[in-house]
Amino acid sequence: MTRKTRRLWLVIACVACLGAAAALMLKAFSSDIVFFVTPSQVVSKPPPADRTVRLGGMVVAGSVKREKNGETPIARFEVTDGQAAVTVRYEGILPDLFREGQSVVAVGTMRPDGFSASEVLAKHDETYMPKEVAEALKKSGKWDPRFGPPPSAESWNTMTVQDAKKNAPAAPATPP
Amino acid sequence: MSASQSFVARTGSLFHRYANPGRFLRLGTRLQPWLTWPALFFTLAGLGWGLFYAPADWQQGDSVRIMYVHVPAAILASSGYAALAVCGLLSLVWRHPLADLAAVEIGPVGACITALCLATGSLWGKPMWGTWWVWDARLTSVLVLFFLYLGHIALIRAFDDPQRGYRAAAILALAGAVDLPIIKFSVQWWNTLHQPDSITLTGAPTMSSSMLWPLGLSMLGISLGFAAIVVARLRAAVMESRVRSLLSSTRRRGENA
Repeated sequence: MTRKTRRLWLVIACVACLGAAAALMLKAFSSDIVFFVTPSQVVSKPPPADRTVRLGGMVVAGSVKREKNGETPIARFEVTDGQAAVTVRYEGILPDLFREGQSVVAVGTMRPDGFSASEVLAKHDETYMPKEVAEALKKSGKWDPRFGPPPSAESWNTMTVQDAKKNAPAAPATPP
Repeated sequence: MSASQSFVARTGSLFHRYANPGRFLRLGTRLQPWLTWPALFFTLAGLGWGLFYAPADWQQGDSVRIMYVHVPAAILASSGYAALAVCGLLSLVWRHPLADLAAVEIGPVGACITALCLATGSLWGKPMWGTWWVWDARLTSVLVLFFLYLGHIALIRAFDDPQRGYRAAAILALAGAVDLPIIKFSVQWWNTLHQPDSITLTGAPTMSSSMLWPLGLSMLGISLGFAAIVVARLRAAVMESRVRSLLSSTRRRGENA
Protein backbone atom coordinates (compact mmCIF):
# COMPACT_ATOMS: atom_id res chain seq x y z
CA MET A 1 0.00 0.00 0.00
CA THR A 2 1.56 3.29 -1.03
CA ARG A 3 1.45 6.27 1.26
CA LYS A 4 -1.11 7.98 -0.94
CA THR A 5 -3.47 4.99 -0.78
CA ARG A 6 -3.03 4.81 2.98
CA ARG A 7 -3.84 8.51 3.31
CA LEU A 8 -6.90 8.11 1.07
CA TRP A 9 -8.28 5.26 3.23
CA LEU A 10 -7.50 7.20 6.38
CA VAL A 11 -9.44 10.23 5.09
CA ILE A 12 -12.36 8.04 3.96
CA ALA A 13 -12.46 6.33 7.37
CA CYS A 14 -12.38 9.64 9.25
CA VAL A 15 -15.13 11.19 7.13
CA ALA A 16 -17.27 8.03 7.47
CA CYS A 17 -16.87 8.03 11.27
CA LEU A 18 -17.68 11.71 11.50
CA GLY A 19 -20.70 11.29 9.23
CA ALA A 20 -21.98 8.38 11.34
CA ALA A 21 -21.48 10.39 14.54
CA ALA A 22 -23.36 13.37 13.09
CA ALA A 23 -26.19 11.12 11.85
CA LEU A 24 -26.58 9.49 15.27
CA MET A 25 -26.59 12.84 17.00
CA LEU A 26 -29.19 14.30 14.65
CA LYS A 27 -31.33 11.18 15.10
CA ALA A 28 -31.10 11.49 18.88
CA PHE A 29 -32.05 15.17 18.84
CA SER A 30 -34.62 14.80 16.06
CA SER A 31 -37.55 15.75 18.30
CA ASP A 32 -35.78 18.97 19.29
CA ILE A 33 -34.79 19.90 15.76
CA VAL A 34 -38.36 19.94 14.46
CA PHE A 35 -39.55 23.51 14.28
CA PHE A 36 -43.14 22.88 15.29
CA VAL A 37 -45.47 20.25 16.73
CA THR A 38 -48.72 19.28 15.05
CA PRO A 39 -52.22 19.72 16.54
CA SER A 40 -52.68 15.94 16.91
CA GLN A 41 -49.46 15.77 18.95
CA VAL A 42 -50.66 18.62 21.16
CA VAL A 43 -54.11 17.05 21.63
CA SER A 44 -52.81 13.56 22.42
CA LYS A 45 -50.07 14.81 24.77
CA PRO A 46 -50.79 18.37 25.96
CA PRO A 47 -47.60 20.24 26.92
CA PRO A 48 -47.40 21.83 30.42
CA ALA A 49 -49.08 25.24 30.56
CA ASP A 50 -45.83 27.08 31.30
CA ARG A 51 -43.94 25.66 28.34
CA THR A 52 -43.75 27.62 25.09
CA VAL A 53 -44.42 25.45 22.07
CA ARG A 54 -44.64 26.12 18.35
CA LEU A 55 -47.84 24.75 16.88
CA GLY A 56 -47.90 24.24 13.10
CA GLY A 57 -50.79 23.42 10.82
CA MET A 58 -53.35 24.67 8.34
CA VAL A 59 -55.88 27.37 9.19
CA VAL A 60 -59.32 25.76 8.94
CA ALA A 61 -61.60 27.39 6.34
CA GLY A 62 -64.34 29.46 7.92
CA SER A 63 -62.87 29.31 11.41
CA VAL A 64 -61.23 32.76 11.50
CA LYS A 65 -63.03 35.21 13.80
CA ARG A 66 -61.65 38.71 14.20
CA GLU A 67 -62.64 41.15 16.94
CA LYS A 68 -61.14 44.26 18.40
CA ASN A 69 -60.15 45.01 21.96
CA GLY A 70 -59.78 48.79 21.79
CA GLU A 71 -57.03 49.23 19.21
CA THR A 72 -55.54 45.73 19.27
CA PRO A 73 -57.07 43.22 16.88
CA ILE A 74 -57.81 39.79 18.31
CA ALA A 75 -58.01 36.76 16.04
CA ARG A 76 -59.36 33.32 16.85
CA PHE A 77 -58.86 30.49 14.41
CA GLU A 78 -58.52 26.74 14.29
CA VAL A 79 -55.31 25.04 13.20
CA THR A 80 -55.45 21.49 11.90
CA ASP A 81 -53.19 18.76 10.57
CA GLY A 82 -56.11 16.78 9.18
CA GLN A 83 -56.52 14.65 12.30
CA ALA A 84 -57.08 17.11 15.11
CA ALA A 85 -57.82 20.82 15.41
CA VAL A 86 -56.72 23.30 18.06
CA THR A 87 -58.25 26.73 18.62
CA VAL A 88 -55.68 29.52 18.65
CA ARG A 89 -56.18 32.97 20.13
CA TYR A 90 -53.81 35.72 19.03
CA GLU A 91 -53.65 39.37 19.96
CA GLY A 92 -51.87 41.50 17.38
CA ILE A 93 -51.37 42.00 13.67
CA LEU A 94 -51.29 38.83 11.60
CA PRO A 95 -48.66 38.46 8.82
CA ASP A 96 -49.65 39.34 5.23
CA LEU A 97 -49.67 35.73 4.11
CA PHE A 98 -52.17 34.70 6.79
CA ARG A 99 -55.41 33.40 5.29
CA GLU A 100 -57.76 30.45 5.53
CA GLY A 101 -56.08 27.33 4.17
CA GLN A 102 -52.59 28.72 4.76
CA SER A 103 -50.06 26.84 6.85
CA VAL A 104 -49.06 28.81 9.93
CA VAL A 105 -46.85 28.35 12.97
CA ALA A 106 -48.23 29.78 16.22
CA VAL A 107 -45.79 30.35 19.08
CA GLY A 108 -47.35 30.28 22.52
CA THR A 109 -48.67 28.12 25.34
CA MET A 110 -51.46 25.57 25.63
CA ARG A 111 -54.21 26.72 27.99
CA PRO A 112 -57.29 24.80 29.08
CA ASP A 113 -59.45 26.96 26.80
CA GLY A 114 -57.18 26.64 23.78
CA PHE A 115 -53.83 27.76 22.47
CA SER A 116 -52.74 31.28 23.38
CA ALA A 117 -50.26 32.58 20.78
CA SER A 118 -47.75 35.35 21.35
CA GLU A 119 -46.59 35.23 17.72
CA VAL A 120 -48.02 33.88 14.48
CA LEU A 121 -45.76 33.09 11.52
CA ALA A 122 -47.10 32.29 8.07
CA LYS A 123 -45.47 29.34 6.35
CA HIS A 124 -45.05 29.56 2.61
CA ASP A 125 -45.24 26.33 0.63
CA GLU A 126 -43.12 25.35 -2.35
CA THR A 127 -45.68 26.62 -4.88
CA TYR A 128 -44.81 29.59 -7.08
CA MET A 129 -47.70 30.61 -9.28
CA PRO A 130 -48.61 33.83 -11.14
CA LYS A 131 -51.76 35.55 -9.96
CA GLU A 132 -53.60 34.98 -13.25
CA VAL A 133 -52.96 31.23 -13.15
CA ALA A 134 -54.21 31.05 -9.55
CA GLU A 135 -57.34 32.98 -10.58
CA ALA A 136 -57.92 30.65 -13.54
CA LEU A 137 -57.60 27.55 -11.34
CA LYS A 138 -60.02 29.03 -8.84
CA LYS A 139 -62.50 30.02 -11.59
CA SER A 140 -62.41 26.58 -13.18
CA GLY A 141 -63.22 25.05 -9.80
CA LYS A 142 -60.02 22.96 -9.75
CA TRP A 143 -58.71 24.58 -6.60
CA ASP A 144 -59.99 26.47 -3.60
CA PRO A 145 -57.03 27.89 -1.66
CA ARG A 146 -59.09 27.80 1.54
CA PHE A 147 -59.02 24.00 1.53
CA GLY A 148 -55.36 23.30 0.98
CA PRO A 149 -52.50 23.14 -1.49
CA PRO A 150 -53.02 23.48 -5.27
CA PRO A 151 -53.54 20.49 -7.60
CA SER A 152 -50.67 18.57 -9.17
CA ALA A 153 -48.08 20.94 -10.62
CA GLU A 154 -48.14 19.30 -14.07
CA SER A 155 -51.66 20.63 -14.60
CA TRP A 156 -50.64 24.27 -14.26
CA ASN A 157 -46.90 24.94 -14.27
CA THR A 158 -46.70 25.40 -18.03
CA MET A 159 -49.87 27.53 -18.12
CA THR A 160 -49.02 31.05 -19.23
CA VAL A 161 -50.69 34.27 -18.22
CA GLN A 162 -52.30 34.40 -21.71
CA ASP A 163 -53.73 30.87 -21.32
CA ALA A 164 -55.07 31.82 -17.92
CA LYS A 165 -56.79 34.93 -19.31
CA LYS A 166 -58.23 32.96 -22.22
CA ASN A 167 -59.58 30.21 -19.94
CA ALA A 168 -61.21 32.67 -17.59
CA PRO A 169 -63.16 35.14 -19.76
CA ALA A 170 -65.69 35.64 -16.97
CA ALA A 171 -63.10 37.42 -14.84
CA PRO A 172 -64.54 40.74 -13.72
CA ALA A 173 -62.58 43.73 -14.95
CA THR A 174 -60.45 45.02 -12.10
CA PRO A 175 -60.64 48.77 -11.61
CA PRO A 176 -57.36 50.42 -12.57
CA MET B 1 -5.55 -3.90 -2.94
CA SER B 2 -3.65 -3.69 -6.22
CA ALA B 3 -6.75 -2.46 -8.06
CA SER B 4 -7.28 0.41 -5.64
CA GLN B 5 -3.59 1.18 -5.65
CA SER B 6 -3.52 1.60 -9.39
CA PHE B 7 -6.75 3.62 -9.19
CA VAL B 8 -5.22 5.99 -6.67
CA ALA B 9 -2.05 6.26 -8.71
CA ARG B 10 -3.99 6.85 -11.92
CA THR B 11 -6.26 9.49 -10.39
CA GLY B 12 -3.23 11.16 -8.89
CA SER B 13 -1.39 11.35 -12.19
CA LEU B 14 -4.55 12.65 -13.88
CA PHE B 15 -4.77 15.51 -11.37
CA HIS B 16 -1.08 16.20 -11.72
CA ARG B 17 -1.33 16.37 -15.48
CA TYR B 18 -4.37 18.64 -15.65
CA ALA B 19 -3.84 20.73 -12.57
CA ASN B 20 -0.19 21.60 -12.34
CA PRO B 21 0.13 25.34 -11.77
CA GLY B 22 1.79 26.13 -15.13
CA ARG B 23 -0.79 24.20 -17.13
CA PHE B 24 -3.57 25.75 -15.06
CA LEU B 25 -2.22 29.22 -15.78
CA ARG B 26 -2.29 28.60 -19.54
CA LEU B 27 -5.74 26.96 -19.37
CA GLY B 28 -7.08 29.68 -17.05
CA THR B 29 -5.92 32.50 -19.29
CA ARG B 30 -7.75 30.96 -22.21
CA LEU B 31 -10.83 30.08 -20.12
CA GLN B 32 -11.26 33.43 -18.36
CA PRO B 33 -13.09 35.41 -21.10
CA TRP B 34 -15.37 32.42 -21.72
CA LEU B 35 -16.40 32.56 -18.08
CA THR B 36 -16.54 36.31 -17.43
CA TRP B 37 -18.57 37.50 -20.41
CA PRO B 38 -21.22 34.75 -20.44
CA ALA B 39 -21.48 35.21 -16.65
CA LEU B 40 -22.25 38.92 -17.07
CA PHE B 41 -24.63 38.27 -19.96
CA PHE B 42 -26.65 35.50 -18.30
CA THR B 43 -26.75 37.19 -14.90
CA LEU B 44 -28.03 40.44 -16.38
CA ALA B 45 -30.51 38.60 -18.63
CA GLY B 46 -31.77 36.35 -15.83
CA LEU B 47 -32.05 39.08 -13.21
CA GLY B 48 -33.51 41.58 -15.69
CA TRP B 49 -36.13 39.06 -16.77
CA GLY B 50 -36.84 37.97 -13.21
CA LEU B 51 -36.96 41.42 -11.64
CA PHE B 52 -38.88 43.27 -14.34
CA TYR B 53 -40.75 40.87 -16.64
CA ALA B 54 -41.54 37.67 -14.75
CA PRO B 55 -45.02 37.60 -13.20
CA ALA B 56 -45.59 38.36 -9.53
CA ASP B 57 -46.65 35.46 -7.32
CA TRP B 58 -50.33 35.18 -6.44
CA GLN B 59 -49.60 35.30 -2.69
CA GLN B 60 -46.15 36.82 -2.30
CA GLY B 61 -46.63 39.58 -4.87
CA ASP B 62 -43.38 41.20 -5.95
CA SER B 63 -41.45 39.80 -2.96
CA VAL B 64 -41.09 36.57 -4.96
CA ARG B 65 -38.41 38.31 -7.05
CA ILE B 66 -35.90 37.93 -4.21
CA MET B 67 -35.88 34.26 -5.23
CA TYR B 68 -33.90 35.06 -8.40
CA VAL B 69 -30.93 36.05 -6.21
CA HIS B 70 -31.58 33.89 -3.16
CA VAL B 71 -31.86 30.47 -4.81
CA PRO B 72 -28.65 30.72 -6.92
CA ALA B 73 -26.82 32.11 -3.87
CA ALA B 74 -28.03 29.22 -1.71
CA ILE B 75 -27.08 26.54 -4.25
CA LEU B 76 -23.65 28.11 -4.80
CA ALA B 77 -23.03 28.42 -1.06
CA SER B 78 -23.32 24.64 -0.76
CA SER B 79 -21.52 23.93 -4.05
CA GLY B 80 -18.65 26.22 -3.05
CA TYR B 81 -18.19 24.33 0.19
CA ALA B 82 -18.32 21.03 -1.68
CA ALA B 83 -15.49 22.39 -3.85
CA LEU B 84 -13.54 23.25 -0.69
CA ALA B 85 -14.01 19.68 0.53
CA VAL B 86 -12.74 18.28 -2.79
CA CYS B 87 -9.72 20.59 -2.52
CA GLY B 88 -9.20 19.31 1.02
CA LEU B 89 -9.23 15.69 -0.20
CA LEU B 90 -6.76 16.47 -3.02
CA SER B 91 -4.56 18.32 -0.57
CA LEU B 92 -4.54 15.63 2.14
CA VAL B 93 -4.18 12.59 -0.10
CA TRP B 94 -2.25 13.80 -3.15
CA ARG B 95 -0.58 16.84 -1.55
CA HIS B 96 -1.58 18.86 -4.55
CA PRO B 97 -0.24 22.44 -4.40
CA LEU B 98 -2.93 23.86 -6.69
CA ALA B 99 -5.68 22.43 -4.46
CA ASP B 100 -4.26 24.38 -1.51
CA LEU B 101 -4.15 27.61 -3.50
CA ALA B 102 -7.71 26.96 -4.74
CA ALA B 103 -8.93 26.41 -1.17
CA VAL B 104 -7.44 29.77 -0.15
CA GLU B 105 -9.25 31.50 -3.01
CA ILE B 106 -12.64 29.72 -2.88
CA GLY B 107 -13.19 30.44 0.84
CA PRO B 108 -13.89 34.20 0.75
CA VAL B 109 -16.03 33.96 -2.41
CA GLY B 110 -18.12 31.22 -0.83
CA ALA B 111 -18.48 33.14 2.42
CA CYS B 112 -19.73 36.22 0.52
CA ILE B 113 -22.32 34.23 -1.42
CA THR B 114 -23.48 32.49 1.80
CA ALA B 115 -23.87 35.91 3.43
CA LEU B 116 -25.88 37.04 0.39
CA CYS B 117 -28.10 33.95 0.72
CA LEU B 118 -28.72 34.64 4.42
CA ALA B 119 -29.37 38.36 3.88
CA THR B 120 -31.80 37.92 0.98
CA GLY B 121 -33.59 35.15 2.86
CA SER B 122 -33.98 37.38 5.87
CA LEU B 123 -35.31 40.25 3.73
CA TRP B 124 -37.90 37.86 2.27
CA GLY B 125 -38.77 36.33 5.62
CA LYS B 126 -39.81 39.58 7.26
CA PRO B 127 -42.74 40.42 4.94
CA MET B 128 -43.69 36.78 4.18
CA TRP B 129 -43.27 34.80 7.40
CA GLY B 130 -43.47 37.80 9.68
CA THR B 131 -39.97 37.39 11.12
CA TRP B 132 -36.39 38.15 10.08
CA TRP B 133 -35.00 34.93 11.50
CA VAL B 134 -36.09 31.67 13.09
CA TRP B 135 -33.96 28.83 14.41
CA ASP B 136 -35.35 26.13 12.16
CA ALA B 137 -33.17 23.35 10.74
CA ARG B 138 -32.63 24.89 7.27
CA LEU B 139 -31.73 28.39 8.45
CA THR B 140 -29.53 27.16 11.28
CA SER B 141 -27.60 24.70 9.10
CA VAL B 142 -26.89 27.44 6.54
CA LEU B 143 -25.70 29.74 9.33
CA VAL B 144 -23.38 26.92 10.46
CA LEU B 145 -22.10 26.74 6.86
CA PHE B 146 -21.33 30.47 6.98
CA PHE B 147 -19.32 30.01 10.20
CA LEU B 148 -17.51 27.03 8.64
CA TYR B 149 -16.46 29.30 5.77
CA LEU B 150 -15.25 31.96 8.23
CA GLY B 151 -13.34 29.33 10.20
CA HIS B 152 -11.75 28.00 7.03
CA ILE B 153 -10.70 31.49 5.92
CA ALA B 154 -9.12 32.19 9.30
CA LEU B 155 -7.46 28.79 9.72
CA ILE B 156 -5.80 28.62 6.30
CA ARG B 157 -4.07 31.94 6.99
CA ALA B 158 -3.33 31.34 10.68
CA PHE B 159 0.11 29.71 10.50
CA ASP B 160 3.52 31.13 9.65
CA ASP B 161 4.24 27.95 7.75
CA PRO B 162 1.52 27.94 5.05
CA GLN B 163 1.74 24.13 4.68
CA ARG B 164 0.43 23.65 8.22
CA GLY B 165 -2.45 26.03 7.52
CA TYR B 166 -3.32 24.15 4.33
CA ARG B 167 -3.37 20.85 6.22
CA ALA B 168 -5.55 22.14 9.07
CA ALA B 169 -7.97 23.90 6.69
CA ALA B 170 -8.26 20.76 4.52
CA ILE B 171 -9.30 18.75 7.59
CA LEU B 172 -11.84 21.44 8.52
CA ALA B 173 -13.22 21.50 4.96
CA LEU B 174 -13.70 17.71 4.94
CA ALA B 175 -15.21 17.60 8.42
CA GLY B 176 -17.54 20.51 7.63
CA ALA B 177 -18.84 18.73 4.53
CA VAL B 178 -21.10 16.80 6.93
CA ASP B 179 -23.22 19.97 7.03
CA LEU B 180 -23.99 19.80 3.29
CA PRO B 181 -26.43 16.84 3.33
CA ILE B 182 -27.98 18.32 6.49
CA ILE B 183 -28.70 21.57 4.61
CA LYS B 184 -30.06 19.72 1.59
CA PHE B 185 -32.36 17.33 3.44
CA SER B 186 -33.25 19.50 6.47
CA VAL B 187 -36.56 20.46 4.86
CA GLN B 188 -37.48 16.79 4.34
CA TRP B 189 -36.19 15.21 7.55
CA TRP B 190 -37.74 17.70 9.97
CA ASN B 191 -40.64 20.09 9.72
CA THR B 192 -39.24 23.57 9.20
CA LEU B 193 -40.57 27.04 8.56
CA HIS B 194 -38.54 27.12 5.35
CA GLN B 195 -40.45 25.66 2.39
CA PRO B 196 -39.32 22.38 0.79
CA ASP B 197 -37.59 22.32 -2.60
CA SER B 198 -39.76 23.35 -5.55
CA ILE B 199 -37.49 21.67 -8.07
CA THR B 200 -36.88 17.98 -7.41
CA LEU B 201 -35.52 15.10 -9.47
CA THR B 202 -38.67 13.03 -9.04
CA GLY B 203 -41.61 15.38 -9.56
CA ALA B 204 -42.71 18.23 -11.81
CA PRO B 205 -41.43 21.60 -10.55
CA THR B 206 -44.10 23.26 -8.42
CA MET B 207 -43.18 26.56 -9.99
CA SER B 208 -44.72 28.24 -13.00
CA SER B 209 -42.43 27.94 -16.03
CA SER B 210 -42.71 31.71 -16.45
CA MET B 211 -40.65 31.96 -13.23
CA LEU B 212 -38.54 28.85 -13.78
CA TRP B 213 -36.87 30.18 -16.96
CA PRO B 214 -35.51 33.43 -15.51
CA LEU B 215 -34.46 31.47 -12.40
CA GLY B 216 -32.54 29.02 -14.59
CA LEU B 217 -30.84 31.87 -16.47
CA SER B 218 -29.76 33.71 -13.33
CA MET B 219 -28.63 30.39 -11.82
CA LEU B 220 -26.42 29.80 -14.88
CA GLY B 221 -25.11 33.36 -14.88
CA ILE B 222 -24.31 33.54 -11.16
CA SER B 223 -22.65 30.09 -11.25
CA LEU B 224 -20.43 31.19 -14.15
CA GLY B 225 -19.70 34.38 -12.24
CA PHE B 226 -18.63 32.37 -9.19
CA ALA B 227 -16.33 30.27 -11.39
CA ALA B 228 -14.97 33.39 -13.14
CA ILE B 229 -14.09 35.07 -9.84
CA VAL B 230 -12.45 31.92 -8.45
CA VAL B 231 -10.41 31.34 -11.63
CA ALA B 232 -9.29 34.99 -11.71
CA ARG B 233 -8.25 34.88 -8.05
CA LEU B 234 -6.51 31.55 -8.51
CA ARG B 235 -4.55 32.81 -11.54
CA ALA B 236 -3.46 35.82 -9.52
CA ALA B 237 -2.43 33.55 -6.62
CA VAL B 238 -0.38 31.25 -8.90
CA MET B 239 1.38 34.25 -10.46
CA GLU B 240 1.97 35.74 -7.02
CA SER B 241 3.57 32.55 -5.70
CA ARG B 242 5.77 32.38 -8.81
CA VAL B 243 6.91 35.97 -8.36
CA ARG B 244 7.60 35.29 -4.69
CA SER B 245 9.69 32.20 -5.43
CA LEU B 246 11.55 34.08 -8.19
CA LEU B 247 12.32 36.96 -5.81
CA SER B 248 13.47 34.68 -3.01
CA SER B 249 15.63 32.62 -5.38
CA THR B 250 17.38 35.75 -6.78
CA ARG B 251 17.90 37.00 -3.24
CA ARG B 252 19.40 33.67 -2.27
CA ARG B 253 21.65 33.73 -5.33
CA GLY B 254 22.68 37.27 -4.39
CA GLU B 255 23.58 36.16 -0.88
CA ASN B 256 25.58 33.23 -2.19
CA ALA B 257 27.55 35.39 -4.64
